[in-house]
Amino acid sequence: MTERPRVVIAGGTVIDAAGERAADVAVGRDGMIAAVEQGLASAAGGRDRVLDARGCVVAPGLVDLHTHLRQPGGEQAETVESGSRAAVLGGFCAVVAMPNTDPAIDCAAVVREVQELGRAALCRVEVAGAITVDRAGERLAPLGEMAALGVRLFTDDGAGVQDAAVMRRALEYATDLGVRLAQHCEIDSLAAGGHMHEGEWSSRLGIPGICAEAEEIMVMRDVALSRLTGAPVHFQHLSTAGSVAIVEAARRSGVAVTAEVAPHHFTLTDECCASYDARFKVNPPLRPREDVAAVRAALVRGSLDAIATDHAPHTSDAKDRPFEEAPPGMLGLETALALALTELKLPPAEVLALLSWQPAAIAGIDDTHGGPVEAGRPANLCVFDPAAHWTPDDSGGASRSRNTPYAGRRLRGRVRHTLVAGEPVVIDGEAQR
Amino acid sequence: MSGRRHLLSVGDLGADGLREILRLADSFAEVNTRAIPKVPALRGRTVASLFFEDSTRTRLSFETAAKRLSADTVTFSAGSSSLSKGESLRDTAQTVTAMGVDCVVVRHRSAGAAVALSRWLDAAVINAGDGCHEHPTQALLDCYTIQQRLGGIEGRRVAIVGDIAHSRVARSLVAALQLLDASVTLVAPATLLPPAVEAWGVGLSSNLDDVVPRADVVYLLRLQRERQERALLPSEREFHERFGLSAERARRLADHAIVMHPGPLNRGVEIGAEVPEMTCATISEQVANGVSVRMAALFWLLGVPAGIASPPGAEVSPAPEPASAAEVGGD
Repeated sequence: MTERPRVVIAGGTVIDAAGERAADVAVGRDGMIAAVEQGLASAAGGRDRVLDARGCVVAPGLVDLHTHLRQPGGEQAETVESGSRAAVLGGFCAVVAMPNTDPAIDCAAVVREVQELGRAALCRVEVAGAITVDRAGERLAPLGEMAALGVRLFTDDGAGVQDAAVMRRALEYATDLGVRLAQHCEIDSLAAGGHMHEGEWSSRLGIPGICAEAEEIMVMRDVALSRLTGAPVHFQHLSTAGSVAIVEAARRSGVAVTAEVAPHHFTLTDECCASYDARFKVNPPLRPREDVAAVRAALVRGSLDAIATDHAPHTSDAKDRPFEEAPPGMLGLETALALALTELKLPPAEVLALLSWQPAAIAGIDDTHGGPVEAGRPANLCVFDPAAHWTPDDSGGASRSRNTPYAGRRLRGRVRHTLVAGEPVVIDGEAQR
Repeated sequence: MSGRRHLLSVGDLGADGLREILRLADSFAEVNTRAIPKVPALRGRTVASLFFEDSTRTRLSFETAAKRLSADTVTFSAGSSSLSKGESLRDTAQTVTAMGVDCVVVRHRSAGAAVALSRWLDAAVINAGDGCHEHPTQALLDCYTIQQRLGGIEGRRVAIVGDIAHSRVARSLVAALQLLDASVTLVAPATLLPPAVEAWGVGLSSNLDDVVPRADVVYLLRLQRERQERALLPSEREFHERFGLSAERARRLADHAIVMHPGPLNRGVEIGAEVPEMTCATISEQVANGVSVRMAALFWLLGVPAGIASPPGAEVSPAPEPASAAEVGGD
């Protein structure tokens, strides 16, 4: 292996959980932050690589709690490699790969396979395991065996665990493993046959709907199960005003729940489905204006923990179908930060809390990710220009798929450099491998 | 593809488009009374029926209409086709239009399928029913029938009864009746009403007996058998009891009032077994009018020389007499 040059990130504003300061950041050949102070750039040697960060924020790398990398089984839509490239272009230094693959990540063998693929990825790939065998909601998957390989988050994502007793037992069984269970909240019997939010638009469009309560009832149930078992529950991609209110009330009463929301649930409404364009089909579905406003308000209040992309690649062949026949899901990794900066009217530090250090803690990787930016820490860093405007096209960026709903939408905030364990994997907006 | 006309939904058509097609239908109704009911209006044009869902009646109606306009017709139906080999709708439709088709008449089980095709294809698209969304030519023929029987639509009180939630016929008909200023009341149990129906701007009732004596039109929708399986209804018997137009209820209609049904009938469920034969029933008139209206729709889409077609809702050329209709298509 060729010797890596030292890297100096020059002229930026460092923002982490501790605050904000103007400083250069030097990264050593060992991949660790060597120094954070002003004047490092002028002292840099000829063999050092200097990355210009003037006008930029230098922050702990982003962490995505919810990424579909599609491997194994869905390689036409995405691979660990292509998905990780999209991740670093979006400023993410770590992603949690969802287990709804084919086969599902529900045992040690598949965990190892994805971990192996992850070693060659551009960012850190954390593997989420399934809660139940084949995500079928019936028998417990070998949580201990997977936890022993480093799995910290379990979910049947793509489906919720329907049987309350199975979920209860899973929570109890997991208590001594030091892991967290996450739930895709959706009561199948209420959601069955639905393809968009049930409301005024679904009524007009003749598309069978999914009511908000299909999500909210499972959020309520799992709050109760968390209280019963004392085990933490993480709620994935919450999308309704009701869900947000339930989580806020639960936290006020001391129940150990955490929650994420996806960028599309604070930026797009169910009205987007009026074009019958399946790029706007997603699960949970896009909700009406009032829900979008409630989700935003909760993010701004700080009562939710994370923005997670639910990056869900699908091939054009799969998406170029009538709305009801296309699979749900949209790309998210390369647009999440910009959408948050553009839409949330929050200072960068609060956006970063939602995209970096808070999700890092939920993923159980805050020892290496999410900061702080200080000497001796691993150099997982994201450098972005919070004022740069750009417009995504319909190419889908680095993803193998192109199902972005944001083509043509003007956004503010663009990733300039990303360092993963000290390696500059993105320089000036270009992936380096 | 820009500027090409399609017939995808009643809303796209607008009040002007609706009135235009209804006027054209009058001319073609006259053609249909002739000894040889055929004009050369669409000679040299090809109309493809793409039916991904069974519907013999609608398909035959469109094909009859196309043939009476001297268009060539080709038919694709899902059972006998490559669809069962896993080909996508887009690929199938592109294959068909690559053969040089001017117009595609599509029936599909998914809402928005016709809209999607209109984006993908360089051919005029007629929505012949897409999932629970719309079936605009059904609404046109229903409006035509109401006009014929009652002399007009404006101000008429129309009760639509039964499974509104899952009905593309109801969605199109409500839209058309509202554009033509009729007053609409939906009559159904809450389980068969669409979500957020308050936003539709129509009257609502769950008491058919209240509605019947005051209605000018009672429009009965076909009840799909599987509705009971999803706990939407206790039984067909109970549905008939509460929401079926029995002969006894039909006798309490106003003298001029009419009973409509898009077919096929479930006698003894939404409609009393003997009601279709009563003079108030317009069921076979609807079928006959369907041909005239679909001739009008096809002519409206294809009969104007390419290049001067105006977008939906724009001012359109006046209804041709059948003789001039014959000339227009001859280029």
